Amino acid sequence: MSASGTGRAHGGRADPAAISRREAVRRIALLLGGAMVGSQAYLSGQPVPGKASPGFTQGELALMDEIGETIIPATDIPGAKAAGIGAFMAMMVTDCYDDRHHAAFREGLSGIEAAARERCRKPFLECSREERTALANALDAEQRADQGKRGKDATPHYFRMMKELSVLGFFSSEIGCTRALRYIEVPGSFNGNYPYRKGDRAWF
Amino acid sequence: MIEQNYDAIVVGSGISGGWAAKELAEGGMKVLLLERGENVEHITGYVNALKAPWEIPHRDTLTNLIREEQPVAARDYVIQESNANYWVKDRESPYVEKKPFDWFRGYHVGGRSLMWGRQSYRWNPFDFEANKKEGVGVDWPLRYEDMAPWYDHVESFAGISGSLEGLPQLPDGKFLPPMELNCVEKDVAARIKAHYQDRRRMIIGRVANLTVPHNGRNNCQYRNKCDLGCPFGAYFSTQSSTLPAAVRTGNLTLRPLSIVTRILFDRDRRRATGVEVLDTETRQTTEFRSKVVFLCASAMASAWVLMNSATDVWPGGLGSSSGELGHNIIDHHFRAGAGGEVEGFEDRYVFGRRANGFYIPRFRNLFGDKRDYTRGFGYQGTASRKGWERDVAEVGIGAPLKDALCEPGAWEIGMTAFGEILPNHDNKVELDRTRTDKWGLPILSFDCEIGPNEKRMRVDMANDAAEMLEAAGVRNVKPYDRGYAMGQAIHEMGTARMGHSPKTSVVNKHNQVWDAPNVFVTDGACMASSSCVNPSLTYMAMTARAAAFAIGALRKGDV
Repeated sequence: MSASGTGRAHGGRADPAAISRREAVRRIALLLGGAMVGSQAYLSGQPVPGKASPGFTQGELALMDEIGETIIPATDIPGAKAAGIGAFMAMMVTDCYDDRHHAAFREGLSGIEAAARERCRKPFLECSREERTALANALDAEQRADQGKRGKDATPHYFRMMKELSVLGFFSSEIGCTRALRYIEVPGSFNGNYPYRKGDRAWF
Repeated sequence: MIEQNYDAIVVGSGISGGWAAKELAEGGMKVLLLERGENVEHITGYVNALKAPWEIPHRDTLTNLIREEQPVAARDYVIQESNANYWVKDRESPYVEKKPFDWFRGYHVGGRSLMWGRQSYRWNPFDFEANKKEGVGVDWPLRYEDMAPWYDHVESFAGISGSLEGLPQLPDGKFLPPMELNCVEKDVAARIKAHYQDRRRMIIGRVANLTVPHNGRNNCQYRNKCDLGCPFGAYFSTQSSTLPAAVRTGNLTLRPLSIVTRILFDRDRRRATGVEVLDTETRQTTEFRSKVVFLCASAMASAWVLMNSATDVWPGGLGSSSGELGHNIIDHHFRAGAGGEVEGFEDRYVFGRRANGFYIPRFRNLFGDKRDYTRGFGYQGTASRKGWERDVAEVGIGAPLKDALCEPGAWEIGMTAFGEILPNHDNKVELDRTRTDKWGLPILSFDCEIGPNEKRMRVDMANDAAEMLEAAGVRNVKPYDRGYAMGQAIHEMGTARMGHSPKTSVVNKHNQVWDAPNVFVTDGACMASSSCVNPSLTYMAMTARAAAFAIGALRKGDV
């Protein structure tokens, strides 16, 4: 059969066919450096499937929508909220995360609330757009600084999970694929020397 | 219950079985094609092939459910949410790993021909001579000249696109027009060619995707969704190619949901009389009779059928008289190579999703080069611009992040080597009769690993890649070795090797089992060595060659 494709930062997919679509998920892992959140337990050979998955409340869904919208906001193109990011995060955490990561993500929802109260003296949903952006940038710096410090088996900083899910959920959504990026279902031909001007959208 | 007679029974409907069915049916044989899994209809059975990315709920992330049901497949990149239906439910069909072995299986009509990587390379003359020259394993009882017309035959039908290069180590074939290297790959290829005075060459992959319409099939639409099944029939699979040809003859009966549990053996005539089949729906066992049996169940499953066909004549299984059945497992070791970043070309991009990459044919231990290991490796890789998944360290979150990710990033290039693994008697698979699968059948137990020759080769696999990229002006080049487990390349083979003598091999030069000459093993099981090129094209050629021999023998009453 063929090929590797495990990670792409430094090259080789053994299967040259394994390019964009197949690797999107693996590559999102590299976005923040490391394996896809929730997959570590499986990769280390000790599956801990996520069994405890009580549904998310409307309040949590609204909070996740706004967290996602803060990470990928509406510009001249709609943002993550318009792409249904809250429901997407809830589905991904429920269906794809193992129990530990699921729990860490949920704690993160409280964590971001606590951070908002500490920084802005009010709940995240009551913060202004500017306040949310400043808070999220601080949390992003925190998760980035935090990355090298955690043990190999530790769950990542909760904001890393939120950022990863927001980027994945937005850019692979219909809005993401067709408005933020370009996507053609049937290209029909290949041109390996296609002109590019700064500002042209990337292909999904 | 005994069913009607056939001229030929073909076990397995993947790349090899599809070819056996086509060739035998076209030769006028009444053929029964048995497949253990369910049917996947061409086009209508490709349930996710025309879905947009956002129509795949978890956007191709593996869910906990998939990981639970398919824990082996989930070890590597090949399985995603959208093609999980094509990979075996490992929990239903477990196996034992005395040492790590990745067994990635497709149990359905078409087998792994639906999900294969489609890279298609001929072996070269040295590949067939190496065992003899080095005293490794057993000598192949055939040579490149024996195979060349059959490579012609299968390439002409399957449709392999590729460039004519005139390289002795990678013989040219009957190719459709090649796909195109992209602008960065062309630049790197030119620099490598110049730097190594053409002793190393980067070429476009030779791939079983049609670049022009061929035999009534459409050309590739550059969607890069091959492993979901192609609704355009633009790559070679059983469904797109061999099965319709076999059906057209009127000589084919396809029976899915049919596990072949053993080959029936007439001890007096020393011939197979047919096979026993377990119907996975009704759980009924049926015997089917035929004059010949083609075993094309995949290297490991074909070995399983032979082992499970043990009789008091051959307690180790049919074909076990040499003591080599199940031994000499080979694959290609890979996941060592290099990657780096390419400066410039900011005003260049690609249009279309090319389901192919570049190939660097073997250059080690050839033409006077001599290393501290034998055999060699080839590279496969791609150059591309980074996409929305990349990290953008200089921005945090918000509009700057979004804006940055809407545009492509810098160019990067990466490649991994595929290296030859030497056959070794100690690398084996056995039947574990103490454990059973969902159907109560004994399971396989793997005990194999790479040896010192492969480990020494891996050093070159990483370093040579880095050296070439650096010579080509690539920046921030990093060699890597990400480790390898046997089976991981999904090129597993060797369990019923071909040879000159019944004392040291399982099948003869016509793929006939020495102990039962009307049983032909033509899938990867018959391979006496692995070369370093992707094996499927050779299985096709080997199968077509054996089928022609079987048809001739049947007509003469010789088998």
